[in-house]
Amino acid sequence: MPAARYSIFSLLRNAATYHREWQAAWRSPDPKPAYDVIIVGGGGHGLATAYYLAKEHRISNVAVLEKGWLGGGNTGRNTTIVRSNYLWDESAHLYEHSLKLWESLSQELNFNVMFSPRGVLNLAHNLHDLRELQRRVNAIRLNGIDSEILTTAQVKAMVPILNCSPNIRYPVLGASLQRRGGVARHDAVAWGFARGADALGVDIIQNCEVTGIRREGDRVVGVETTRGFIGAAKIGCVAAGHSSVLASMAGLRLPIESHPLQALVSEPIKPILHTVVMSAAVHVYVSQSDKGELVIGAGIDAFNSYAQRGSLPIIEEIMASACVLFPMFSRLKMLRSWAGIVDVCPDASPIISGTPVKGLYFNCGWGTGGFKATPGSGWVFAHTLAQDRPHPLNAAFSLERFTSGALIDEHGAAAVAH
Amino acid sequence: MSEQSHRLDAAAAPGRIDRGHPLRFVFNGRGYEGFAGDTLASALIANGVHLVGRSFKYHRPRGIVGSGSEEPNALVQLRTGERTEPNVRATQAELFDGLIASSQNCWPSVGFDLGAINDMASRILPAGFYYKTFMWPPSAWMFYEGLIRRAAGLGRAPDDPDPDRYEKRFAHCDVLVVGAGPAGLAAALAAARAGARVVLCDEQAEMGGQLLAHPRGVGAVIDGRPALDWASAALGELASNKDVTLLPRTTCFGYYDHNALALAERVADHVAKPRQFQPRQRLWKLRARRVVLATGAIERPLVFRDNDRPGIMLAGSAAAYGMRYGAAVGRRVLVFTNNDSAYRAALALFDAGVGIAGIVDLRPAASGKPVEDARARGIEVLAGWALTATDGPSKVRAALAMQLDEAGAGVQGPIRRIECDAIAMSGGWNPAVHLYSQARGKLRYDGAQGIFLPGRTEQALAVAGSCNGAWSLGACLAEGAAAGAAAAEAAGFTAASAPAPAAAEENDSPARLLWVVPSDRPLGEGGKHFVDFQNDVTAADIGLAVREGYKSVEHLKRYTTSGMGTDQGKLGNVHALGILAEVTAAEPGAVGTTTFRPPYTPVGFGTLAGRDVGALADPVRTTAMHGWHVAAGAVFEDVGQWKRPHYYPRPGESLHDAVNREVKAARTGVGILDASTLGKIDIQGPDAAEFLNRIYTNAWTKLEIGRARYGFMCREDGMVFDDGVTTRLAAGHFHMTTTTGGAARVLSWLEEWAQTEWPELRVYMTSVTEQWAVAAIAGPHARALLAKVGTGIDLDAKAFPFMAMREGNVAGIPARVFRISFTGELSYEINVPARYGMALWQALMAAGAEFGITPYGTEAMHVLRAEKGFVIVGQDTDGTVTPIDLGMDWIVSKAKDFIGKRSLSRADTARGDRKQLVGLLTDDPRVVLPEGGQIVAELKPEPPMAMLGHVTSSYFSANLDRSIALALVRNGRQRIGAALHVPLADRNIRVKVVEPKFIDPEGRRQDG
Ligand SMILES: Cc1cc2nc3c(=O)[nH]c(=O)nc-3n(C[C@H](O)[C@H](O)[C@H](O)COP(=O)(O)OP(=O)(O)OC[C@H]3O[C@@H](n4cnc5c(N)ncnc54)[C@H](O)[C@@H]3O)c2cc1C
Repeated sequence: MPAARYSIFSLLRNAATYHREWQAAWRSPDPKPAYDVIIVGGGGHGLATAYYLAKEHRISNVAVLEKGWLGGGNTGRNTTIVRSNYLWDESAHLYEHSLKLWESLSQELNFNVMFSPRGVLNLAHNLHDLRELQRRVNAIRLNGIDSEILTTAQVKAMVPILNCSPNIRYPVLGASLQRRGGVARHDAVAWGFARGADALGVDIIQNCEVTGIRREGDRVVGVETTRGFIGAAKIGCVAAGHSSVLASMAGLRLPIESHPLQALVSEPIKPILHTVVMSAAVHVYVSQSDKGELVIGAGIDAFNSYAQRGSLPIIEEIMASACVLFPMFSRLKMLRSWAGIVDVCPDASPIISGTPVKGLYFNCGWGTGGFKATPGSGWVFAHTLAQDRPHPLNAAFSLERFTSGALIDEHGAAAVAH
Repeated sequence: MSEQSHRLDAAAAPGRIDRGHPLRFVFNGRGYEGFAGDTLASALIANGVHLVGRSFKYHRPRGIVGSGSEEPNALVQLRTGERTEPNVRATQAELFDGLIASSQNCWPSVGFDLGAINDMASRILPAGFYYKTFMWPPSAWMFYEGLIRRAAGLGRAPDDPDPDRYEKRFAHCDVLVVGAGPAGLAAALAAARAGARVVLCDEQAEMGGQLLAHPRGVGAVIDGRPALDWASAALGELASNKDVTLLPRTTCFGYYDHNALALAERVADHVAKPRQFQPRQRLWKLRARRVVLATGAIERPLVFRDNDRPGIMLAGSAAAYGMRYGAAVGRRVLVFTNNDSAYRAALALFDAGVGIAGIVDLRPAASGKPVEDARARGIEVLAGWALTATDGPSKVRAALAMQLDEAGAGVQGPIRRIECDAIAMSGGWNPAVHLYSQARGKLRYDGAQGIFLPGRTEQALAVAGSCNGAWSLGACLAEGAAAGAAAAEAAGFTAASAPAPAAAEENDSPARLLWVVPSDRPLGEGGKHFVDFQNDVTAADIGLAVREGYKSVEHLKRYTTSGMGTDQGKLGNVHALGILAEVTAAEPGAVGTTTFRPPYTPVGFGTLAGRDVGALADPVRTTAMHGWHVAAGAVFEDVGQWKRPHYYPRPGESLHDAVNREVKAARTGVGILDASTLGKIDIQGPDAAEFLNRIYTNAWTKLEIGRARYGFMCREDGMVFDDGVTTRLAAGHFHMTTTTGGAARVLSWLEEWAQTEWPELRVYMTSVTEQWAVAAIAGPHARALLAKVGTGIDLDAKAFPFMAMREGNVAGIPARVFRISFTGELSYEINVPARYGMALWQALMAAGAEFGITPYGTEAMHVLRAEKGFVIVGQDTDGTVTPIDLGMDWIVSKAKDFIGKRSLSRADTARGDRKQLVGLLTDDPRVVLPEGGQIVAELKPEPPMAMLGHVTSSYFSANLDRSIALALVRNGRQRIGAALHVPLADRNIRVKVVEPKFIDPEGRRQDG
């Protein structure tokens, strides 16, 4: 059943019938006994993988199994910063591929994901920061990606509410800017990919938790779920903070730590901040949503956990940093705070890779910064699953790198990670 | 100034206000008067003002709905100028003289708002419309988004920094009671009488909860006396108990693991501005042995057509305005209910002199005492009827009523128009389970009442009163007293078995649950049934969301935005669930609830930030010699928390002039550096040497006492983590130095290994960074200078060789003198107890005058070490560099194990063509490479270009009279002698690769 196209015309047409005729954005089928490919995890990455499997590789006998509701993991909890200004070539190419997909994603999916390239600023507060900024901006530019350095005065002009006084504890000494970076609407990304994948024949199955991975010899044959066994010769696990749990079902250990990462929003206020502002040294980042809420975050809670709950001290630190950079925020109010469980690799780069178990693939380790990669990650993972070998864009992000030592250390980029 | 047109007669409705104390205030530019004890909302109502704001999406006129923290509509911009605050609930803003407030989200005025055009277009703007459009042309989204952004948002942020201050307090107690209504008071009394340390908090200014405002409380009798007298006696008893802390105006907003609770106290929000030194708000971080949640219940509206006009409000709130504030919400109030509680509201209002236009009850067979009482007063009761529409442009002026069919699915019969100027509605009461749910308590659905009740919890807490579904006063008091006593017992006290305070039990007839009240038109076709008032979510929107597949509660919430406003769905959430369940033919208990997240009500950024802002954002660390540097005119650099002299300009000197002078002095005369900021860790224990042997890449067990050694620490992955010189003071005693920025990190690292990996090693670490002040003197005259100030040490190069430490008295000050060098010159690092740092520095400066002693800063230090090719960890390394990459194979022991050793032999880490440290010389010796410049072998006209590495350090070296640089370059050692390029945004610089040692490669100068 081809989904009706969305447009202003379809809205007008449906208004005439009081919006009674809209179809479900995706079907809710019962699982079939077996599929060609099973994707475990209905977050943005999993859904994008399914979409590109069907779209680019004509493999549509695919199921996405989600234990809860689509996008209920980090996809629906993140602060939606999208950018591609990463230091190392491998990362820059991957994230840039993703950014290019973002630029036409609404049209591709016929679903407004509200990608808004309003610019991402990274502030420098000391000489060391400035040096690092130079290094990054030069590297990013030589990779053919937009990136520039702003002086304090230029930063002030762009973000008048930012405290650029030289007399604060850590004055703003400059910033890097990626103009093509910005934010997007997280839920819409999950829903848009789900709708797109469903229209191409993918089965999207919510409330279906994978509880076991069945192996025969050195290869997988399917998954045990809360809705019974489902067969598949290829299984792609895209479970973010729970990746290590899934890996252990197949007898694998991943080099991943799961931590809570918190974020919060203010009450909605009239627009005052038009760009994304990030500071590693003062440790906070802020943007303002279309609704008017300030969306704010910082670093992880130091403890390991699978419970999506953080601790108050982190919130206090975030708020202090926000008020340091934006003293007029002090009388605004925090409306809601929450946490997601992020999957952090030792080198702060993802794993998009096959495993020693045949037919079992993992796409994880995106940690605090994988939302921006959603379309690109799905795109390369679909290729990896379909062809049983990585695309050149994700070849470096293999599981073997933790054995060989060919790490892609993006800790600098991930100091404030998003 | 207008008179208070809707203030009730003092005799009939005295309320808790002080009529002898009038207060003036301004709303939307107009002056009004209210009384002490009023909230802004009650004062507005007393003046007949209901239209206070506009809704978020459709900009519909909205009035006051509630009377407390549940309020979705009456949000105002409070105060002006630097103290202005957006989105303040008028229902919680206490009135003070001179208060100024205005409506938000409307232009040009709340009465005539252009944004209301959205309401006219609402037919094409259903839930989630924005996901379906604004996609063409692709570049236009930013344009549409600009319009959307301008229309969205509520109040305005201040333009200026906050002039007020905020404080934080940590506290512990045996029993925290949240909510000071009858259940909370009874709990606090019982716990306090058992001897427990009790904290009782309530978000309202006055404690007493529903006793102050609810028809069931105000007129009730407890233990034989008026309820309010009982409450004031209870509060008096609690106030006089030194183990009890009463916190009015304090919201418990967060319930974290292990009974860690967060409370926000509004210390001075009820006055125009705080007194000098008084905080505006205070954050309490409380750890409670036991918690009693007595957070009460929140009335819920009825979802009927056009239920959002100003003047339509919760029945309990309408009663509260009458009874607590002596303000009439109207002169002809129509009551619309599905339960008995609204009858009590109607009776109370009637008795206070408010006209009641009638009671419309969804229940066909309304009966029982409240119903009889109403009829006895001549109030018309329309049982089995429903309101099907309302009328009135900016305030309700009439409602239409029809008879319900048996199933409650439709209406029938003639339409009756009932004139009224307010509608008091009640859809029942939801237990305020937010904190309970934050505490990970499981909720259970009570189908008969259509409410979620506390179920099971793992935390040390109890729930009492209407938060627990107890509706009569007697039950609330009994539950409270029992919970308080049990909490005290659980915290280790013995509670005397005293009878609970007693009040009459009243049993209500069951309510009639209708999630949506039908009208004579199909849902969504003409008129709107609002579920979430603030975000303009209607019952039809929920139907649409379900049709489109957004039927998980979380999808529903996100797709429609129901429950995402500043009230976080306190009124509408359960209705949204009920409607969802109805549409999907499920049980509300089965569709589940969305997660309640902190905070319960919004909390100020400033409150959470506390004092850690402005100058106190991060501690400033200065050395013992800081005052001297300031007096000498040093320019400072932030290194971590430290302020370090960057350079010491003389009048007229630029950075480069000063640095050139400073580096020359250190190589020709003597320079002096304040090196106090280096991390210093005192390491002791019989296994200290073995510990260091495992931590550092080189060997330590055989180091002689009194000798020092340079070492690298690696992480498990073999990458350099920190470096420094460590000295053996005794067999089991070492003095370690670390980088300035790495000090804390290194100490944690050592502790982690000592505590978790090698607990068998007897070794103990103490940070002594702050205990020692360090002056480093470097240059050919360093030894002569030391000799002149006197040391008591044999300074002869043989007696006191390089990499040795001697104790002595330098200029009469007990000192440890280390002969180590970060400049390559003859150099001594003199460590003295920090309190003597200044004296030492002054003595050295005085004695050094004859040698032309020159203080130098971090910039000169960097140049001097770069001339020698010494790396700075964190600048010439970045976590991806091994000691071997730095050309320092000699420091990596082959014989013993150390952290990171195995990683060094991994395939990629052992490769010969990794990025390696090299020197770079520009073709033009005057050109200084920018640090961070990327290096390529092959220049292309345009990016992309393949990069080989980057410039890590780069300076002009006055000693060499040319520029020098260090760089990490792929396969760099093999490229020595080759030419490479550094392409910049505006030019390209050609460089030659050289050995990373520019001066004295043989290391002769360090002996002087
Ligand atoms: C607070 C916060 C802020 C962030 N900010 C940013 C940012 O600004 N920019 C950015 O780029 N990134 C950000 N991130 C990171 C980003 O959210 C994630 O990297 C990314 O969304 C991961 O997407 P995903 O689809 O892999 O994971 P998820 O969306 O978490 O999806 C994984 C899914 O797997 C499901 N699942 C798990 N186990 C099972 C099982 N056994 N069976 C079936 N299903 C299972 C889960 O329910 C979940 O829905 C942030 C993260 C957080 C928590």
